[in-house]
This record gives sequence, C-alpha cells and structure tokens, in this order.
Amino acid sequence: MPFELRDEGGRQRIVLRGRWTVVEAPALEPRLRAAPLPAARELMLEASGLEALDITGAWLLRDLERRLRESGAIVAWAPGRPAPLDFIDRTMTGSRPPPPDEEPLSLITGTLHGVGRATVLAREGALDALGFVGIVTAGFGRALTSLKRLRLPSVVRHVYETGLTAVPIVALIAFLIAVIVAYIGAQQLRKFGGEIFVVDLVTVSVLRELGVLLTAIIVAGRSGSAFAAEIGAMKLNEEVDALRAMGMDPVEVLVVPRILGLVLALPALTVVADAMGLAGGALLSWYLIDIPFNQYVERVQGSISEFTFWVGIIKAPVFAVLIATVGTLRGMQVRTSSRELGRLTTVAVVQSIFLVILADALFAVLFMELDI
Amino acid sequence: MAPVIEVQGLVNRFGRQVVHDGLDLAIRSGEVFCIVGGSGSGKSVLLRTMLGLQRPSAGSVRIEGREVVRQSAQALIAVKRRYGVMFQRGALFSSLTVAQNVELPIREHFAVTRELARELALLRIRMVGLGVEAASKYPAELSGGMTKRVALARALALDPVILFLDEPTSGLDPISAAAFDELVLELQRGLGLTVVMITHDLDTIFRVSNRVGVIVDGRMITGTLEEIVDSAHPWIRQYFHGERGRASRGEATSDG
Ligand SMILES: Nc1ncnc2c1ncn2[C@@H]1O[C@H](COP(=O)(O)OP(=O)(O)O)[C@@H](O)[C@H]1O
Ligand SMILES: [Mg+2]
Repeated sequence: MPFELRDEGGRQRIVLRGRWTVVEAPALEPRLRAAPLPAARELMLEASGLEALDITGAWLLRDLERRLRESGAIVAWAPGRPAPLDFIDRTMTGSRPPPPDEEPLSLITGTLHGVGRATVLAREGALDALGFVGIVTAGFGRALTSLKRLRLPSVVRHVYETGLTAVPIVALIAFLIAVIVAYIGAQQLRKFGGEIFVVDLVTVSVLRELGVLLTAIIVAGRSGSAFAAEIGAMKLNEEVDALRAMGMDPVEVLVVPRILGLVLALPALTVVADAMGLAGGALLSWYLIDIPFNQYVERVQGSISEFTFWVGIIKAPVFAVLIATVGTLRGMQVRTSSRELGRLTTVAVVQSIFLVILADALFAVLFMELDI
Repeated sequence: MAPVIEVQGLVNRFGRQVVHDGLDLAIRSGEVFCIVGGSGSGKSVLLRTMLGLQRPSAGSVRIEGREVVRQSAQALIAVKRRYGVMFQRGALFSSLTVAQNVELPIREHFAVTRELARELALLRIRMVGLGVEAASKYPAELSGGMTKRVALARALALDPVILFLDEPTSGLDPISAAAFDELVLELQRGLGLTVVMITHDLDTIFRVSNRVGVIVDGRMITGTLEEIVDSAHPWIRQYFHGERGRASRGEATSDG
C-alpha cells in the first residue's frame, strides 16, 4: 500500500511510503481512489517515509489531502508539507476552472450540423477553386507579356522533373497495357477468325485513348502529388509569405511554371506512350498471330485515319492543365498543419485523376458528334 | 558529487570538416549551464549527441552515469525518461491541441486514465504560466512566446530531472525573453532541475547561468560566468566585450 494508517489515541497518522512518481502513477491512481478514507477528525500526514516524490506524485498526494479535508478532517503534516505540493499550490493560485467540454450534440442536431458544415465547406471550396482559376489565368496573362515573368529556367526544371524523369515508367506501362490489349483481343477475335483486327484494336485504342489516358493518370500520381506537397510544405514553412513579402507573386513563381512545364511535358510523354504501345502491339502480333513487322506497319497505316493520332494528343495539354491546376491549388490551400498537407496531397491526386477521366468522357462525346 | 552529464573526448566529423575535436564537458546537478559558441561551432550537434539522437565519431557521453553513445534504442529509453527537451522551433505537433501535445508523452508512456492525463497536462500548462484557455488552441494559433512555453510544458510532461533548451529565447522580444528566463529559473528552483541551455542571448546568459561553456576550435572552455568573461581567448573576449556584451553586463550589474 502506498500509505499506512496508524492509530495514536484519538488521532490517526497516515504514513506515506514508497515511490510517488510519474512511473508509479498508473498503479497509484486507482488504489488511492479505492482506498477507504479514515473517519478520524484529526489526521496527521507523514511524508518522511517517501522514497521519491515528483510533480505527478505530488499532484496525486495533493488530491488525497484535498479529499481528506473535504471529508471533514483536520489535516496536518509532520514533519512538514513536502515542497512540491507548495509548488503546485503556487502554480494553481488565481486560476480559473477549466472551461467545460463542449456538450455532445444529439443525433438530429449533430446530423444537421454535419450537413450544414459540409454545405458551407463545399461552397467555400467551389469559390476557392473558381477564384484560383481566375488568379492563375491573370497570372498567365502577365507571364506571357514578358520573358522575365515567364521564368523559363523554372519551366525547364518542371519539364525535366515531370516529363523526362517519367519516361521509363510511362514507357513500361504503355508497353504492358498494349500487350494486355493485344492478348485479350487475339483471344476473342480468334473465335471469328478475325485475328488480323488485333492490329486495328491495339492501334486505335492506344493512339486515341489509352496512350494519353494512362500517361495522364501516371503523371497525376507522380506530379500532381508532388506539386501539392511542394507548395504545401512551402506554405507551412512561410516560404510563400516570404515570396509575397519580397514583392513576388506566388502564382507567377510557383503555379504558372508548373502548369506550363506540364503542358509541354505531357504531350511529349504521350508520344512516348503511343510509340511504346505500338511497339507492344507489334511484338504481340508477331508472337500470337505471326504477323511480320513490315506487314504490321502496313496494317497500322490502313487502320488509322489522318485524325487518329491527333485525337489522342490534343487531349494531353488539357489533361496537363487539369492536373497541374488541381495540384497547385491544393498545395496553396495548406494553411496550418502537416496533417492538412497529407490530406490535400491525397485530394489533389484523387481529384485530378477524376477530372482527367471526366474530361476524357466529354472528349469522347465531342469527337463522336464531330464524327471523327 | 558525480556530474549529471559527462562528455569525454567527443569527436564529430562530417567528411573532412571536424566540428568537435576532443570536447570534454561535465555538468553538475542542479546548475544552469549555458552553452555558447559561434554559428556553426557545433552547438546543435553537441546537443543531439548528448540526447543520443546522433552517433559521434568518437568519445563518450554519460547521463547520470549511463552511457548514451552506441546504445540500443531499448537501453536509451531509461535515459530519455530522465530528460526533457525543448527544440528551437518548438516542434509542437500541429495537428494536436496544446493540451494534447502535453498529454501525448504521458499517455504514450503510462497507462493513466484520461482524466488524470488531462489534469497533469493542465498542471504543466499552468506551470509555464499559461491559462487554461490556451489548452484547446492549436499551435498555429499561438504567439511565438506561447509556443515556447507550450514546448517547455511538453518537455516537463514526464517530470524530468534534466532540461535541455535549444535557443529558448531566440525570436522573442526582450521583455518576453526576460519573462521566459524568469520562468526557467523559477521552474529550475521549484523542481530542482539541471538545466542545459544553448543560447546566443547575452542577456539570458547573465540572468540565468551558473556556469558557461564556450565551444571554440572544437573544444569546450568551461568556467563560471566571471571566469569566462575574464578569459583571454580572442573569440570569447570579442563575444563578451563587444558592444552587445558590455550592454548586457551593465544591465546585469545595475539590476543588482
Ligand atoms: N548531418 C550533418 N552533415 C554534415 N554536416 C553537418 C551535419 N550536421 C551539422 N553539420 C555541420 O556541422 C557544423 C556545426 O553545426 P551546428 O551544430 O548546427 O552549428 P551551431 O553551433 O550553429 O548549432 C556546421 O558547419 C554544419 O554544417
Ligand atoms: Mg544550431
């Protein structure tokens, strides 16, 4: 027991024992709470037997003292009251009681609260995004008027980081996807004796859709997240404020070069993806249905119209603008905490992939209407 | 009495740059020890080495007789229980409130009830001179001085016997800095702490230090404040007898 009761003719003595520190606190707390309080009118507390007492232990001891007093006893210390208790007393004097915790909401008001909050947030988010698009457009307007404001070195860096360094992964994935399409195509078309159409299938799907769509999704994962995280970390570190304070426009310095860089990089990557996709198609055509390379090339030329390649590549700059804008916007929205940084980086990736696919669907409808 | 912290023959090299070159240091129980040195002289590296966060090229560090260098993480836990650290920029967790920041070490290490953890955190917050209304704020909502105080409260959460402070008053206005120095002294006396403080602030040194260690040429020159002020070493002379140094000394003596 952390303390011991002794009767001394009408008076009771509580002899404190052992160690009362933060290490013992988890064991002490429940035992003190469960211990029956002595009923005597006069109590003597003796602390000289304590082996160790720190602030946490003193807090528990002070609590015991308070409970004894509240039970109506007169409490005295022998030989004296331990100094840490006095220290806590001094700390606590003049203090107000802590503010009460917020009342938990009932189910209905809680739900209403949630809906209301979500509505306000959605409205703010939409206005934020709209405002950002406006600011960026204005930033582009200014950047295009002067070479200095275009910040070409920065643009080049982003072309390198988002484009050149992504070539291996984009090439590999485009190749593998073409292989998969060719494989499934050959399997299905063989049933009708139409194996030769595997070439058409691979060529048209890679050039029109898969090449650019895959590239955009990979880039959204790689660079959309990087944009959000880079700019978000700069916000947390007050670097963006520092830019503003130096009279530099963060949109011009951070956002425009990234968008421009990606607008240049994504079409180039798409060309790589298209080429690798066709190469994958060639390999599988030769392997699965014995079409030699020169015949494959002829067949490819026969299967495409003058528009097929351009229908794919024209989407790349649009996707690039979507990915870069969402990434930089989410980065700029980071304000106070590193948790926000993580959340907004995730949001940037998910939203840019969603927007890319949505835009692709709209393009599909548009091209169908145009009969291309 | 054996020193609380004992550093012997400490060597720290980064590539060809030698930061510490056989540094010795002994800090006694219950004193306020200030570590001074030029920018890049290796104050932060010394602190990280003493905390066991960084492995030196050679030498030993003992805290309360326990070796810190080249120990397993498991063995270091016992040492880490004995000290609290306040990092230069506070290093508060931005996604937690003030009270949660202070509670975190308590709840991480000890299975105390939620209420007791909260009470103990509020006590620490009061100890550093903040009101309870600060408890539910987030770090982004705090002023510089409050951030430092919360960081100090968190450093005190586990009732350490040694308190390490890295540039505690940097970035504070002179009045807040003086108040913070007072707070450190009050806590040091009230809790019987050993305080190891890295600082650039001459006013702080004159207000709080019992002894001073100056890192020059990769070694440490240690002495009482008077001894150091009277030292013949050119860097130390320049430091304490430059214009700033004279002003701070004048202030300290006229204060009594
Ligand atoms: N991890 C590291 N790698 C290389 N050099 C380092 C590293 N940490 C510190 N240094 C160098 O050691 C020197 C001392 O650094 P530091 O202790 O931070 O100085 P200060 O006394 O200003 O706190 C500096 O020159 C710094 O460049
Ligand atoms: Mg430093």
